[in-house]
Amino acid sequence: MDKLMDEYADKLPKKILEDIQDYVQKKGSINQAKLKKILDNTVVEYEDAKVQPGEAVGIISAESIGEPGTQMTLNTFHFAGVAEMNVTLGLPRIIEILDGRKNLKTPAMEIYLKPPYSKGKDIKAFAIALKETKLSHIALEFSISLLDSEIEIKMDKEKMKNLGLTNSQVINRLSKQLKGFNVKDNKDSILLRSRNKEESLNEIYKAKEKIKDIHISGVKDIGQVLPVKRDDEYVIMTSGSNLSEILQLEGVDAYRTTTNNIFEILDVLGIEAARQAIIDEVFKVIEDQGFNVDIRHIMLVADTMCVYGAIKGITRYGVVSEKSSVLARASFETPVKHIINAALIGEVDHLNSVVENVMLNQPVPIGTGVPDLVTRPIKK
Amino acid sequence: MTEAYINSKFIGTVDDANSFVARIKEERRANNMTSNLNVYHNETADEIFIETSKGRARRPLIIVREGQPLLTEKHLKQLEKNEISWSDLIKQGVMEYLDAGEEENALVAFFEKDITPEHTHLEITPLAMFGLTTALVPYGNFNQSTRVNAGSKNQKQALGLYSSNFAVRMDMDVNLMHYPQVPIVNTIMHEISGYSKHPAGQNIIIAVMSYKGYNMEDAIILNKASIDRGFGRSTYYRPSISEELRYSGGLIDQISIPDKDVKGYKSERDYRFLEEDGIIYSEAQVAEGDVIIGKTSPPRFLSSLEEYNLAAGTRRESSVAMKHGEQGIVDFVLLTENEEGNRLVQVRLRDQRIPEIGDKFTSRHGQKGVVGLIVPEADMPFSVSGIVPDLIFSPHGIPSRMTISHLIEILGGKVGALSGRYINGTTFDAEPEEKLREELKGLGFRENGVETFYNGITGEVMEAKIFVGSMYYLKLKHLVANKIHSRARGPIQLLTRQPTEGRAKEGGLRLGEMEKDTFVAHGASLLLKERFDSDRTIVPVCENCGLIAIKDEYKGKSYCPVCGENVEITDVEISYAFKLILDEFKSLGIYQRLQLESKY
Repeated sequence: MDKLMDEYADKLPKKILEDIQDYVQKKGSINQAKLKKILDNTVVEYEDAKVQPGEAVGIISAESIGEPGTQMTLNTFHFAGVAEMNVTLGLPRIIEILDGRKNLKTPAMEIYLKPPYSKGKDIKAFAIALKETKLSHIALEFSISLLDSEIEIKMDKEKMKNLGLTNSQVINRLSKQLKGFNVKDNKDSILLRSRNKEESLNEIYKAKEKIKDIHISGVKDIGQVLPVKRDDEYVIMTSGSNLSEILQLEGVDAYRTTTNNIFEILDVLGIEAARQAIIDEVFKVIEDQGFNVDIRHIMLVADTMCVYGAIKGITRYGVVSEKSSVLARASFETPVKHIINAALIGEVDHLNSVVENVMLNQPVPIGTGVPDLVTRPIKK
Repeated sequence: MTEAYINSKFIGTVDDANSFVARIKEERRANNMTSNLNVYHNETADEIFIETSKGRARRPLIIVREGQPLLTEKHLKQLEKNEISWSDLIKQGVMEYLDAGEEENALVAFFEKDITPEHTHLEITPLAMFGLTTALVPYGNFNQSTRVNAGSKNQKQALGLYSSNFAVRMDMDVNLMHYPQVPIVNTIMHEISGYSKHPAGQNIIIAVMSYKGYNMEDAIILNKASIDRGFGRSTYYRPSISEELRYSGGLIDQISIPDKDVKGYKSERDYRFLEEDGIIYSEAQVAEGDVIIGKTSPPRFLSSLEEYNLAAGTRRESSVAMKHGEQGIVDFVLLTENEEGNRLVQVRLRDQRIPEIGDKFTSRHGQKGVVGLIVPEADMPFSVSGIVPDLIFSPHGIPSRMTISHLIEILGGKVGALSGRYINGTTFDAEPEEKLREELKGLGFRENGVETFYNGITGEVMEAKIFVGSMYYLKLKHLVANKIHSRARGPIQLLTRQPTEGRAKEGGLRLGEMEKDTFVAHGASLLLKERFDSDRTIVPVCENCGLIAIKDEYKGKSYCPVCGENVEITDVEISYAFKLILDEFKSLGIYQRLQLESKY
């Protein structure tokens, strides 16, 4: 049987062959002639399902994604979750992904863990340790003493206890990140005194605002953490995302941990991973809303966004600017810019795609416009 | 210290706000101050606003003092005997108008029985929450508010007797219903507004059933015989206006039959209805293209050069003619002059409009629909007693819209028609449905209004019982005759050579951007090209410089304005719009070359 299967290895994809093999094995023994018949029929069906040459796959993808898009505007489920932990959903999210925006409205991560953490060991402590703590989170009050040119930070002892922080740890952090100040422990508060005695009040005030954002513990940019039990393991959901640092942490399952920030995936894991992330994210949103779009349409869009090796949004600055035809670019937003630039460098438009040919009223090179009929007159 | 404002302008402070406001109200009710005045005490902000300006929505309420409404039986009796009127009640301080601000300080009881010592006002009737047309919807309290709204909007578009001096008026685009009737199911507002003097609909027999699918998607089916008897018949009036304008240099338009040498002369036939004065006679039957008012204008540009030109002296034709697809009878001719003293001619056209497929009808419950089929009476379904409905309404219009009032009106109309009386359907104060059902039973019908029906074509008894009754139906002003439009060939725009836009210009129907996409998605490339062939042109292109060349058909040779005659010049088929954009590039100083190569 394997021999027969091998014969079809270049005619059918591996997945289909495996499916057939599984099916046949489940059914018990089967004779060679029957199997051959099944395989032959599968080849016919497979060839039939392939996209025909000249099929307008781009516009069909556009229509297929655009149609549920129009319905999603009417749908009011654009956000989900509670005040701190919400995720952008629906049309705003799709636009965000397809535009290739770098700053997401609601970045989020799903952190998978290795055992024993995934079984729930110290899950709460593990999660809290991820959360970024800034000085302002554990301080009660910032005040400036005019007489001594000092900044006094009253600490919230209870919060510090919850996070397992001590004054000396905080002071350690502060003195590392803050240049030009002497840091002193004052039991309930921390005192900062400028080394430069003649520091102006303005400078001190500026420093006071700056130190509020000083990173004390946890992973940068991780805002909220929420351990969730999924099937029989624990997963940590976060708002805010920092893939590169999270992946380096002990106990994190780097194979499955993801973020919804595609650009982070691009930086950490490369363009192919980013492409897959685009597909997954868009498909997830469309599925969430109860629509059904063939994944190949989304794959095509993701491919176009990623062919250049970097993520290009479907905007006039992204993929549209990469079009080779001047007329096609000019027909999509900011026509004057494109025409003037084309005139300056003497661009040539070879009329190879759809829009230009519609403008000139020529048959578009798609479908029936692809084949040509040429006759050779008989020479007498 | 409370700040006081009159019409939003600060005027001073008041020590005791409550007594001050009470005093103002007292004086207003005693008629010492204008009844247009309203006062609003904002207790949180500690401010008093006195308003007398125009443009505030106000509503009348009965004043309540110490738990007793000031309007008494005595007033009602006097009102009945016409001894006092509404405005007297205001003057006496029995009722007053409140604006949005003063309403904030008032506690209004809905019914007299609800009054407590805290109440300051009493509602006159729950119906007062509606506007005039909304109050005309019978049994409105049985509906969703949106449907009552829709019903009230629809009534504003109904054809009726819009003005009793219509015969001497020159209104633009008006319709007149031929046999309007007073509704059997009415409301108190019909009486108050004098609806019987200008009704806008007709009582007809309606059956709720489907008929061969021609009443799906809100369509309705009409009985041909009902139309022949005059149901939904109306007349459409439209005036044509022309005036003798004066131009610089003492030149003037002239209303007369144009001479044959006038620029733009139509044809002798088109002017055949004009009398010697250049104006059509009344009762003339006119159709598309016929001239109604003959007029000529002086030549447009009279430059010094053209003074020596013989042709320059000819006048231009500027008559008013019947537009494409129009017809009618000349109803009325009016000769007068305008503000500047120029001669002004108005000709009113009349056209009888018999209901046809596509005309819009509605009940008073937001159940509008378009005529889907007109059925000969012989094919209409009929009841045991031989009743044939005038109109068949689709049952699918009911569940999602939940217009219960629509159904109750059918029932009420049936009772009213059978017992020969009007049914009061005033919102919140109507004859109850149970009473109607009982009365219907007493009249020998099924209490739920359904009847056994026969198929009009086969004569078979229908399995389902059909809900029939009488109902007030309105014809809406959206008539197909004014909207129907189609085109195969026709006028094109001068600039782009593409078809004109809009019905008035006999324009084409645009195959737009997204429609184009569907052709592309289907791969129907050549079909798409044909659809866009409306501005197809053939231009000669110089293969040397890539610019558009010149083809001199008279001399039979082509040449390039840049490269001269000894170059290869090839004809190319493109859209005129593209040729235009090339010209626009050239005017911007952008040199675009067309590099031609063989397609194959």
